[in-house]
Amino acid sequence: MKNKKRTGVFVCHCGINIAGTVDVKKVAATLAKHEGVVLATDYVYMCSDPGQKLIIESIKEKNLDSVVVACCSPTLHESTFRKATNMAGLNPYQCEIANIREQCSWVHKDKEKATAKAIKITKSIVEKVQRNIPLEPISVPLTKRALVIGGGISGIQAALDIANGGYEVILVERSPSIGGHMIQLSETFPTLDCSQCILTPKMVEVSKHPNIKLLTYSEVQEISGFVGNFKVKILKKPTYVDPDACTLCGECAEVCPVVVPNEFDLGLTGRKAIYIPFPQAIPAAYTLDSEHCPGLVPIACGKCIDVCEPKAIDYDMKPQIIEEEVGAIVVATGYDLYEKERMAEYGYGRIPDVLDGLQFERLLSASGPTKGEVLRPSDHRVPKEVVFIQCCGSRDPELHNAYCSKICCMYTAKHAMLYKHHVPDGQAYVFYIDIRSGGKGYEEFVQRATEEDGVVYLRGKVSKVFQQNGKVIVWGVDTLSGKDIQIEADMVVLAMAIRPSRGATELAKILKISVDKDGFFSEAHPKLRPVESMVSGMFLAGMAQGPKDIPETVAQASGAASKVLAMFSADELTHDPIVAEVDENVCCGCKLCISQCPYDARIFDEEKGIVIVNEVLCEGCGACIAACPSGAAQQRNFTDEQILSMVDTILEGEK
Amino acid sequence: MAEFEPKIVCFACNWCTSAGADLAGTSRMEYQPNSVIIRVMCSSRVDPQHVLWAFKKGADGVIIGGCHPGDCHYQDGNYKTLRRVKLLKKLLADFGINPDRLRLEWISAAEGKKFVNVMNEFTDFIRKLGQLKLPENGGPPSGE
Ligand code: FES
Repeated sequence: MKNKKRTGVFVCHCGINIAGTVDVKKVAATLAKHEGVVLATDYVYMCSDPGQKLIIESIKEKNLDSVVVACCSPTLHESTFRKATNMAGLNPYQCEIANIREQCSWVHKDKEKATAKAIKITKSIVEKVQRNIPLEPISVPLTKRALVIGGGISGIQAALDIANGGYEVILVERSPSIGGHMIQLSETFPTLDCSQCILTPKMVEVSKHPNIKLLTYSEVQEISGFVGNFKVKILKKPTYVDPDACTLCGECAEVCPVVVPNEFDLGLTGRKAIYIPFPQAIPAAYTLDSEHCPGLVPIACGKCIDVCEPKAIDYDMKPQIIEEEVGAIVVATGYDLYEKERMAEYGYGRIPDVLDGLQFERLLSASGPTKGEVLRPSDHRVPKEVVFIQCCGSRDPELHNAYCSKICCMYTAKHAMLYKHHVPDGQAYVFYIDIRSGGKGYEEFVQRATEEDGVVYLRGKVSKVFQQNGKVIVWGVDTLSGKDIQIEADMVVLAMAIRPSRGATELAKILKISVDKDGFFSEAHPKLRPVESMVSGMFLAGMAQGPKDIPETVAQASGAASKVLAMFSADELTHDPIVAEVDENVCCGCKLCISQCPYDARIFDEEKGIVIVNEVLCEGCGACIAACPSGAAQQRNFTDEQILSMVDTILEGEK
Repeated sequence: MAEFEPKIVCFACNWCTSAGADLAGTSRMEYQPNSVIIRVMCSSRVDPQHVLWAFKKGADGVIIGGCHPGDCHYQDGNYKTLRRVKLLKKLLADFGINPDRLRLEWISAAEGKKFVNVMNEFTDFIRKLGQLKLPENGGPPSGE
């Protein structure tokens, strides 16, 4: 039933954003005649201070009991106007937004039709608000612990910031060590800081931090609950080595008969089935890779267990499911390089001396397979001519990825420069489309590569890369001179596109957060909420959200952490009170609603013989309401009567 | 006589389809103005009676927009919607209403373009189908 009879309608021009296509005066004049509307007026910018004042004063003067602001999307100014309404002494839930900008004036051109539609939209919201009841936010408890998913630089930074803020953090990493891709890098642009040297102190800090519980070789399997109260199930895979007992003596790897490609060196070297990814790995312990170890089938092998003096190896170690409760989640799952198979034209995977950027990092790294000497994989000779190809798989909407991977221009300049530092008499060529060097000191860095280190930049695309007489032949064009170019190179390095980390889509499904068209996690607002996901309580950091370099990653990680800390600084959380409600006199206790609720918020009350609602658990989706055969269940301020009356007004006078 | 202009009610979930419609607006994409959106928190809030009511009150078409399967803000609300819409379509046929006058679409917050396409395409489709004529009370279905 309508319980409001004194509604005020405020129509915003939004400059010409609305008034350009919608006759706002007519909307106000028409609404003024609508039943129960005592005031309908328009103003150029309702969200401005005078606009809000107009609303506040009108509420007081006209003794309004409900307010409709016809303006932009409720995602933008609903809270502004609800606050204003509240300042005038009305319950904020007596204010509703009619979206006549995004869903009307911006999508239609015919002024007459757009005006008619704006009137319908506004009327339907008037009908709704006139049936609204005053509500108070519902308090929900808050678990002040955080989960960080991903142990690369972004996850490490977020975990450290939250832990240093005084709260417990569970840091989950799926590989045997934290460090991510950053630990694989040699030097970082534009300062040429040694990557490992600046990252390992942070890794050590993580391992020693009293507030951080580190779960490596672990994956998030299941998440339920909601902001402030997430329940997480984490699968901890067995490493078959007790990290506390392992002394890192390395005897086990010594005797292990199985050699497989080493992921850390991207296949440039081999590792044993029992291995430590790299010397500074955290946790510092060997891991037995069960996929390749024959010993887990007893009798087949058992060499490592025989030589392990501290008896750290245990073939019977079982996977563990760890359950945790957290209030907030930071997703920092990072990236992977574009699948090499997709770039067949550049010979990657076929020609041993065609490498990707990360492999080249390993070649440059002092801890890499060649101890920092640049040697080509095929014959271990020093390459005298190296071609670097940018945008491999990036900026190619037809065949590959449409977006720019952002970091390749800079790291290619770094690669070419470092190559020259290692091989001063060598020659480096870079094929590029554009050079994007926005960032502090970045442009100067590229200049330095060309001017001081004599790197030759060729603007154009490479059409083909193939092998001939021990050389890697690169065919391309220089679009500036218009000449075809052939380079007989010793080695080619591809700046492969950045892709979301493998498994990101599956994780998105577990977390119920959305990904964009390219598979990166979507932020809540591209400009103003860059570290939040659409799900409250879940935050994004680093490459998981989109390509970015290390400083940006660290900044976003700290941003996400500060969001978590701000959330934890409150004593409790509140959630929207538009939850389900049951009319005890009507409910017959059929329990149909119980199966519809994903949150276990519908509970059968044995005593009363009816199904009630746990308001704290109810998230307000309304699924149970639609299922209720008796109409006993209603969603507050989204009742059937409200929805039907909105339908009525939309279709009014049409038949 | 002026060309028939369909009346379309669009139930859109807050998290995906309504946000997608907002994006269409932010990107200034144009579509036919025949539909009006009723924003609900989740597509699973849409009760079959809302749809029937809309047809009864003069809608020529009803569209329900939700998040893509697996993406529902409330875990699996859209699967419930899917099941209900399937059943409801059977019911519509029994009422003599062409079940294609009800459509369920998955439109994400990033799919402004898809929202526009769906709206235009559905409006054209309903325009071709013509005005919904409900059978008289008790009379036989019109057999659309
Ligand atoms: S929230 Fe979009 S369908 Fe459930």
